[in-house]
Amino acid sequence: MSTTNGLIGKSVKRVEDNRFITGKGNYTDDIILPGQTYAAFVRTPYAHAKIGSIDTAAALAMPGVVAIYTGADVAAINGVPCGWQVNFKNGDTMKEPKHPLLAVGKVRYTGEAVAIVIAGTREQACDAAEAVQVEYEELPVVVNAAEAVKPGAPQVHDEAPNNMCYDWELGNPKAEVDQAMATAAHVTMLEFVNQRMIPNAIEPRSYNASYDAANGRYTLYTSTQNPHLIRLLMSAFVLGIPEHKVRVVGPDVGGGFGSKIFHYTEEALLTWASHKINRPVKWTADRRESFLTDAHGRDHITKAEMGFDKEGKAVALRVKTFANLGAYLSTFSTCVPTYLHGTLLQGLYTTPKINVDVTAVFTNTTPVDAYRGAGRPEATYLLERLMDLAAHEMGIDPAALRFKNFIPPFDGVNQPGYQTQVALQYDSGNYEGVLKKGLEMLGYEDFRKRQKEAAQNGKLLGVGFSTYIEACGIAPSAVVGALGARAGLYEVGQVRVQPTGKVSVFTGTHSHGQGHETTFAQVVADKLGIAFEDVEVIHGDSDSVAFGMGTCGSRSIAVGGSAIMKSVEKIIEKGKKIAAHKLEANAEDLEFAGGRFTVKGTNKSVSFADVALTAYVPHVYPKDLEPGLDFSSFYDPANFTYPFGCHIAVVEVDKETGTLALRRFIAVDDVGNVINPMIVEGQIHGGVVQGVGQALFEGAEYDENGQLTNGTYMDYCMPRADNLPMIETAGQVTPCPHNPLGVKGAGEAGTIGSTPAVVNAVIDALWSGGHIVKDLRMPITSEKVWRAMQTA
Amino acid sequence: MQIHVKVNGVEYKHDVEPRLLLVHYLRDVLRLTGTHIGCETSICGACTVHVNGKAAKSCTLFAVQADNCEITTIEGLAQNGELHPLQTSFKEMHGLQCGFCTPGVIMTAADYLKQNPHPTEEEIRTALEGNFCRCTGYQNIVKSVQLAAEKMSESKPVTKEKKEEVVV
Ligand code: FES
Ligand code: FES
Repeated sequence: MSTTNGLIGKSVKRVEDNRFITGKGNYTDDIILPGQTYAAFVRTPYAHAKIGSIDTAAALAMPGVVAIYTGADVAAINGVPCGWQVNFKNGDTMKEPKHPLLAVGKVRYTGEAVAIVIAGTREQACDAAEAVQVEYEELPVVVNAAEAVKPGAPQVHDEAPNNMCYDWELGNPKAEVDQAMATAAHVTMLEFVNQRMIPNAIEPRSYNASYDAANGRYTLYTSTQNPHLIRLLMSAFVLGIPEHKVRVVGPDVGGGFGSKIFHYTEEALLTWASHKINRPVKWTADRRESFLTDAHGRDHITKAEMGFDKEGKAVALRVKTFANLGAYLSTFSTCVPTYLHGTLLQGLYTTPKINVDVTAVFTNTTPVDAYRGAGRPEATYLLERLMDLAAHEMGIDPAALRFKNFIPPFDGVNQPGYQTQVALQYDSGNYEGVLKKGLEMLGYEDFRKRQKEAAQNGKLLGVGFSTYIEACGIAPSAVVGALGARAGLYEVGQVRVQPTGKVSVFTGTHSHGQGHETTFAQVVADKLGIAFEDVEVIHGDSDSVAFGMGTCGSRSIAVGGSAIMKSVEKIIEKGKKIAAHKLEANAEDLEFAGGRFTVKGTNKSVSFADVALTAYVPHVYPKDLEPGLDFSSFYDPANFTYPFGCHIAVVEVDKETGTLALRRFIAVDDVGNVINPMIVEGQIHGGVVQGVGQALFEGAEYDENGQLTNGTYMDYCMPRADNLPMIETAGQVTPCPHNPLGVKGAGEAGTIGSTPAVVNAVIDALWSGGHIVKDLRMPITSEKVWRAMQTA
Repeated sequence: MQIHVKVNGVEYKHDVEPRLLLVHYLRDVLRLTGTHIGCETSICGACTVHVNGKAAKSCTLFAVQADNCEITTIEGLAQNGELHPLQTSFKEMHGLQCGFCTPGVIMTAADYLKQNPHPTEEEIRTALEGNFCRCTGYQNIVKSVQLAAEKMSESKPVTKEKKEEVVV
């Protein structure tokens, strides 16, 4: 990757920090509009119930109340749509019950909104919401996906018999896989739950919608990861309002982790209501509402079997998963357990026969959708748990078992990409490399010695491995279109050179912590050979950015960065023509380097700023060229990108008490070329801790009545500063062969790789103490470890 | 009820509802929106400010409880146009990503470093256990606080022995 002034690859400090460290960020809830009103929701305390009468009279009479709307008022409005169609095995379309803006007739999960109350202040709205009387008739409840498909289970939607949204399979025909499995010398079988996670961005969801009657324009400020997508879904599919009259702004957003990708009912409802009452309406979730209504993540019940020959080579993988989608389909819910999970089950291994079978199910729980990693953590967890367990069962070293099964290195240029059994073609990889590096950092041989010594001192040490791959850079539109995506997933990048040579960059991706304002500015400043300070990156406002698909699936640099690169190339090409005219040379004889256009082999040159000025003050200008220096490009990737890596966890268990502590965490990640190492490392840190959180601390708990019993920060254990070690990171670089920057993306790697490493380490510790335990249910607490030691 | 407070050095008198939370007073009445709300239950720490010099979670204080108090928010941490060493350190060590938890974390750390100017890594981690960050995994937050502690002890007037050392 050529760099013209060394900015690419440098840990440039972030420009966005200046506002955040001084309290000058501008998040949605910070915005108060003239005539502002505030909304509060009446939400069902029951998970499944018929709605009887709703009495709003007393509430409407309360001070400050402006309006109250119930399901009846919005029944004629479409529900929020699902963005990805998955078909049943028999070809039938998935079941797609309406996801209404307010419940009509029935409520289907605890926290579902029944009415919206709008008042002059937040407190007035909350008071009045409490005064709304709703009659409920409770219905039987189902929360578990495997139970929900059984005959006689309570039905969430009449139109989805047995609560099935779809069944689906991928890979080699089942019979072939069964046959290969039958030849295996050893089969490792694991039944496990990949528990439901609650994303918990620290900024709660927040929306502020307004309507300008004079111009017929709507504006929605929203804590979103993809403003244009929200605008498109809301205007075209839900409200039927003219898209060009809708402005959606995602200002500063306090973390997303997937949960702010989706188009939520409250966004559309507030926008609709702001027109009805002709005043701006704001709502910000409190934390309890966040727990109940932000789309959750994961929630798979899986049985997985991996067969090996005598030498330990994998011969077959067979997977059956029940995926819980919750009560309604959230925007990308349907693709998560299928095209983001099943397609990753090749892992890093040469397994020749793979079949994955997924049943996606409605239950009386909060909708489930993408949560950092989305499907890929579930796939990685499945494979990497199997690998470590198989190693233990077969008495083979877990690292050695992986070396035996790795796909050999390929760069995607001189060697072709690797075609998997599950529909993907990996771009480039050197899988042995990351494991070797990880083992070195760990001091593996020495570790096994220390493990033996520890056992004599009342401690069990365990090491767990995870060598993962993910599909990022979402996504090649034709490929995902063929797989059921209802949108293309290209990106838009505009580069506007101002007359003075300063540059504004507009990207359709959205930064909510990732630091795009810095990373993208580095790329542009480097490629144009200008100062970093001379570039500003603008994102998040549908009125200034042409279009975009936002930020999800670690796509921003790989897809958004590539779109910007295309525009940079166009700028340089046009710049050459202008420079050629100025220098009385041929454009073909010009080269651009270090911010100057030079006639090859001469010292005749002109600066970038000069060319920019000429483009806007075209007194001496080529006849056949338009003035101006401003290009916009759409980039549709040729393939996904495939970052990979090796994560290693070391845990210590007290033999007497079961007290479990994570002692070391090593992350070797290959995310292709790196623009800003500091930012990439920060992404890995945060991702790893979220993955460790799943392994050791977090998980939604529903009781049999569909009550989320740990939906507060008192009960849901978030990772804190004091229960983590320093993460040891290292990189390897295998460039992506199919995008101009050679980048793969780093946003989700940490979360995808880390969870199984930690769980494997606990299992290894237990085996080292003679406790033959195959699985412990996440989150693994010290108590669970202690109990396992008493029985196994 | 009438309250009289001094916020970031400026005195204010306001008539407020008794149930108005301090954080809402700061954000909605004074429009100091650098103080955030992440949980309104005293756990996440996003709302941390200083009340009479001590870190406090403003989501579980009523504005009326702050009557006659001096309050400092993230907007008032810089002195005479100079950023607090914690602010510069967070930028230098990449101690923030989305920035939402950041004001609260910095305010907690600022109070803590007054009590313990030379903390160990473990002490910093314990001091910050009341501040959630979902983005950074805390690692660079810890490093930012370590760096700030170093900077702050350097800027302290050099002690006599130190001075002599320097001369020698
Ligand atoms: S908002 Fe005050 S502690 Fe969370
Ligand atoms: S930086 Fe996002 S929550 Fe801490």
